[in-house]
Amino acid sequence: MKHQNVWVFLEVLHSKLRPVGLELLGQGRRLADQLGEKLVGVILDPNAEALATEAMAYGPDELLIVQDEHLAQYHTDTFTTVLYRLVRQYRPEVFMIGATDIGRDLSPRLACRLKTGLTADCTELDVDDKRIVLWTRPALGGNLMATNICPNTKPQMGTVRPNVFRIPSPDPSRTCTILHECLYPEEQHSLTAVEKIIPILTNSTVNLTEAEIIISGGRGMKDPENFSLLQELADLTGGCVGASRAAVDAGWISPVHQVGQTGKTVCPRIYIACGISGAIQHLIGMSTSDTIIAINSDPKAPIFHVADYGIVGDLFQILPALTQALRARKRT
Amino acid sequence: MNILVCVKQVPDTAEIHMDPSTNTLVRTGVPSIVNPFDKNALEAAVRLREQHGGSVTTITMGPLQATQALRECYALGADRMVLLTDRRFGGADTYATSYVLAQAAKALGPFDLILCGKQAIDGDTAQVGPMIAEHLHLPQLTYACEISIEDTTVQVVQECDNDHICLRAQLPAVLTVTKSINEPRLPNVMRRLQANRTEPDTFTADDLPGLDFSCIGLSGSPTKVRKTFIPVHEKQTHIIDGTIPADAVSVLFSLLDTAKISLTAR
Repeated sequence: MKHQNVWVFLEVLHSKLRPVGLELLGQGRRLADQLGEKLVGVILDPNAEALATEAMAYGPDELLIVQDEHLAQYHTDTFTTVLYRLVRQYRPEVFMIGATDIGRDLSPRLACRLKTGLTADCTELDVDDKRIVLWTRPALGGNLMATNICPNTKPQMGTVRPNVFRIPSPDPSRTCTILHECLYPEEQHSLTAVEKIIPILTNSTVNLTEAEIIISGGRGMKDPENFSLLQELADLTGGCVGASRAAVDAGWISPVHQVGQTGKTVCPRIYIACGISGAIQHLIGMSTSDTIIAINSDPKAPIFHVADYGIVGDLFQILPALTQALRARKRT
Repeated sequence: MNILVCVKQVPDTAEIHMDPSTNTLVRTGVPSIVNPFDKNALEAAVRLREQHGGSVTTITMGPLQATQALRECYALGADRMVLLTDRRFGGADTYATSYVLAQAAKALGPFDLILCGKQAIDGDTAQVGPMIAEHLHLPQLTYACEISIEDTTVQVVQECDNDHICLRAQLPAVLTVTKSINEPRLPNVMRRLQANRTEPDTFTADDLPGLDFSCIGLSGSPTKVRKTFIPVHEKQTHIIDGTIPADAVSVLFSLLDTAKISLTAR
């Protein structure tokens, strides 16, 4: 039996479909059409059927679901074992997984068991005329791009960065087939036990990887108090506050806000960098953002090389002016 | 408590920059360092040894120059250095790399714990740790920011998607660690001198029993690099003079309006 179809893993976190899965349905649709194959979404959750009904609107041809109480919490072994069995059974040609923490824990274990290739953190996807998927990912702070292929083994696997691709517009009238699979008793076994889950954030708005707008501050913020300027603008725009490593290391803001190589990799629609010089470690974490606005007093700061719009000036004057102007615009 | 720490020698990405005149990456003279996350893994291993006794073995796969990274680990407290070096290992992707490391772990072990950094700063894939766990059929506990050992079990606090998840598994296990787990100590001068006089134990493909040669190096790698390229930045940076803040802001808004970019989340 030949390998067929494009699979997208629809990750569920806290009982909700994560946005990256829906983003992948958009890309998966494109690849499936190019290959002349079906697009299949895969959901593992105690509430999979209801989530599948929700996912239908985003374009899959089929949804493959495993609805079982034992899938309420992600366990590497359980998820790997059941996905391994499903892949062997259905033989997909392509399998895409969101590059979330869970996706990056699951996908290498699964690819290794399947003895197939996995490209991490893709930001561009294409197919060549020999049906080989071209998995393109940034390296070295986005200064270099690498296109990987997996020519000899199937499925061709890759993780894809959240927020790079847009969620397709839902069509609520759309329906598709749901294929039900069950979890075998031996698949419930896990080598790791989850004892407790503690949310890191008291304020759930600091979800940087999924944020649409991020207002970040760096060394130029000078003082922890000044982060309130960023928070004010973030509240007004509906965005989140980010920070460079310098600001975190200075103790001005909690590490959960850190963007960059040792923090979070983000890809918002708008990234506003305030008083951030643009060390490569920071650029690695944000250079794929759609629109970058930089505010810095040093016209030579490297952040201006990656910015679409750069304001050279004193951020303590420009930020309040920006907030004020935006507030005025929102009133009219 | 016998611990294996897998490390990678990486270019110091902070030292890589673009030559704007040629639009190429300047990599010459870029120093090689121990991957920073791997230093956190080593520090965690050394602290566990200080609490529970045992030994810390540090291992890397790479060219002879990778000895330098092992020596740094020795100066930071590792007891033993192991270098896996062979031209046939070259060009390995994460699958082929993890396979060789796993085979070496079998040959050198048994180990109670195998520690890796969360990811390497040159590739950022975060794949080798979980793949080693899979090759060895061991539990994997990723993104650990706390580790504790109790009898034959390991407990970690995992930093995962805005949650702290307390995980427990039986030893032996494979762990990957984040940078928030510890602050690596500075190298010990005496040990550094000692390291310079010590050669790592070196293994080639022929020294690893039962190695499947079809799973190593470039030919054993399921992924191939088709091409690398410098991305063309079609976008032009609009530089706005911020001397008069209100003017700068209105220039910014008119540019954003022209480009149909809204500063408000949908």
